[in-house]
Amino acid sequence: MTTDHTLSIENLTLGYADRTVIDGLDLLVPAGKVTAIVGANACGKSTLLRSMSRLLAPRTGRVVLDGRDVHRMPAKQLARTLGLLPQSPIAPEGITVADLVGRGRHPHQGILSRWSREDDIAVAEALEATETAALAERSVDELSGGQRQRVWIAMALAQQTDLLLLDEPTTFLDVSHQIEVLDLLTDLNSTRGTTIVMVLHDLNLAARYSDHLVALSAGRVHAQGSPAEVLTEEVVRTVFGLDSRVILDPTSGKPLMLPIGRHHMTELSAL
Amino acid sequence: MNASTVHASTATTDVPTQRREITADTVASSRRRRATRRRAVMAVLGALIVVCFAITLMVGQTFYPPADVIGVILGHDVAGATFTVGRLRLPRAVLAVLVGLCFGIGGVTFQTMLRNPLASPDIIGISSGASAAAAFAIVTLSLGEAQVSAFAIVAGLVVALVVYGLSFKSGVVGTRLILIGIGIAAMLDSVTAYVLSQAAEWDLQEATRWLTGSLNGSNWAQVVPVLVALAVLGPVLVGQSRNLSMGQLGDDTASALGVRVERSRIVVIIAAVGLIAFATAATGPIAFVAFLAGPIASRIVGPGGSLLIPSALVGALLVLVADFCGQFAFDTRFPVGVVTGVLGAPYLIYLIVRTNRAGGSL
Repeated sequence: MTTDHTLSIENLTLGYADRTVIDGLDLLVPAGKVTAIVGANACGKSTLLRSMSRLLAPRTGRVVLDGRDVHRMPAKQLARTLGLLPQSPIAPEGITVADLVGRGRHPHQGILSRWSREDDIAVAEALEATETAALAERSVDELSGGQRQRVWIAMALAQQTDLLLLDEPTTFLDVSHQIEVLDLLTDLNSTRGTTIVMVLHDLNLAARYSDHLVALSAGRVHAQGSPAEVLTEEVVRTVFGLDSRVILDPTSGKPLMLPIGRHHMTELSAL
Repeated sequence: MNASTVHASTATTDVPTQRREITADTVASSRRRRATRRRAVMAVLGALIVVCFAITLMVGQTFYPPADVIGVILGHDVAGATFTVGRLRLPRAVLAVLVGLCFGIGGVTFQTMLRNPLASPDIIGISSGASAAAAFAIVTLSLGEAQVSAFAIVAGLVVALVVYGLSFKSGVVGTRLILIGIGIAAMLDSVTAYVLSQAAEWDLQEATRWLTGSLNGSNWAQVVPVLVALAVLGPVLVGQSRNLSMGQLGDDTASALGVRVERSRIVVIIAAVGLIAFATAATGPIAFVAFLAGPIASRIVGPGGSLLIPSALVGALLVLVADFCGQFAFDTRFPVGVVTGVLGAPYLIYLIVRTNRAGGSL
């Protein structure tokens, strides 16, 4: 099992035009684990993920994969090790599921090389793992949101990378599909040892589905560690500016955050 | 290399081997079916081009049997046919095919790259720029073929840059680019009209050529630059077809899959603008061929697979057939651009209506 990749971020500063989004950030992504990145809106979560997969060049610092700066690696070579599923990928009109998933094979194909049996098997595996094989001939336009998200994950799986970055893989999905997608990613991590880094909006899902939780605030890592260490009332207050209660989730044994608002509060929460 | 072999063996733990093989067979057969259909479409289009090409050589005011036509092509002296077929019909038909290929492939390249059927070079001002420059170079500066082509290309690239630059506001949005392009196209068309009106020997032939495109007066001197451009830039574009298809997934996804998006885009823009400009310098901007070829090819090829070559063939067929109709189907002879314009306008309206219904995004 090839889980011995190291992905680390050293003194990274990122920004757009005159705005600095990430400011001197350091982070070591634990190999073979699921890492979730959380933080308030516009705290730079997606920007960080984009830079980790080379979509955005750093102002200072670097992203290092196995000792090499990702911004200096050959594009296809990087794409064979590190995959990224952006937040809102675009499906060309009328494309079939099998065709879209097949696009994930691009980094494994040379300029002239034809499709190989290996490519077909990789696509088949990705379809089976995401339970989308029955949809293979369907047009992506016709699918429901949950099916479509599984197809995009299948495309990333066909890429066969040991590291997979996902930007909000559960947005626009209802709760059962959110769980379905996160379970699938957990399967992927446990059966193939794929290192997963995902940006998640939902703190409780992040805590439940990650081994390593990273809370970003003001362009830096505010707290990181196991979900139990990171998801605390103090961290929620600093990172999100929100009062909350954190209890133990009886279904998962992970921390569960209950926000405190101005309305609909029982006396207990005022304590 | 290693990573994939490791995966191939570990994956058996999560997916039963037999089921995986069956699914792989399904995937492979559907991929082959798509490829077969695409090849069949290209073969049929190619055959139709050959047939239409032969008909335009034989049919006209005087009919020449195939034997005469072949004789002329082989260089024999055939009474009457040597001039009519060899000097008039043959260069005209060859130029029709070549510019059709250029417009078809250049148009679908832009439509694919900008993910929008309205973003073809004849809508967003690139053809208008090339045409205005070519008209200026010929009518006002009286330059030769090579300089005219150079003028047209530089103008095409400058227009592409200006339209791209003006529509750049935290990323390029297709709709904004198209609207700006339409505005620039209108301005450039009026430049062409002005240049023509200032010409000493202003005649209707020249005017229609630069405003809607015409094959009248085609000669071998016009054929050569287009042929060279197609031989050089065509393979460059076809070589980029995979990157173009990957780009349809959006810049981020394409980039994450190992495509050098920026570099590929520069190569593609230069090659596509070059083809459009060379063709425009020869015949003027034959209306709507670049715009129509891609969507027609896409309909007949079906989803998936590159549309570059099918669209080029559709473009060639469109120009050949439209020119033949323009010459012989009506009482009056119409330049080819008038015929393709009549075909293209309803489709443009259809697209705009569909855009409105879908709420602004194509």
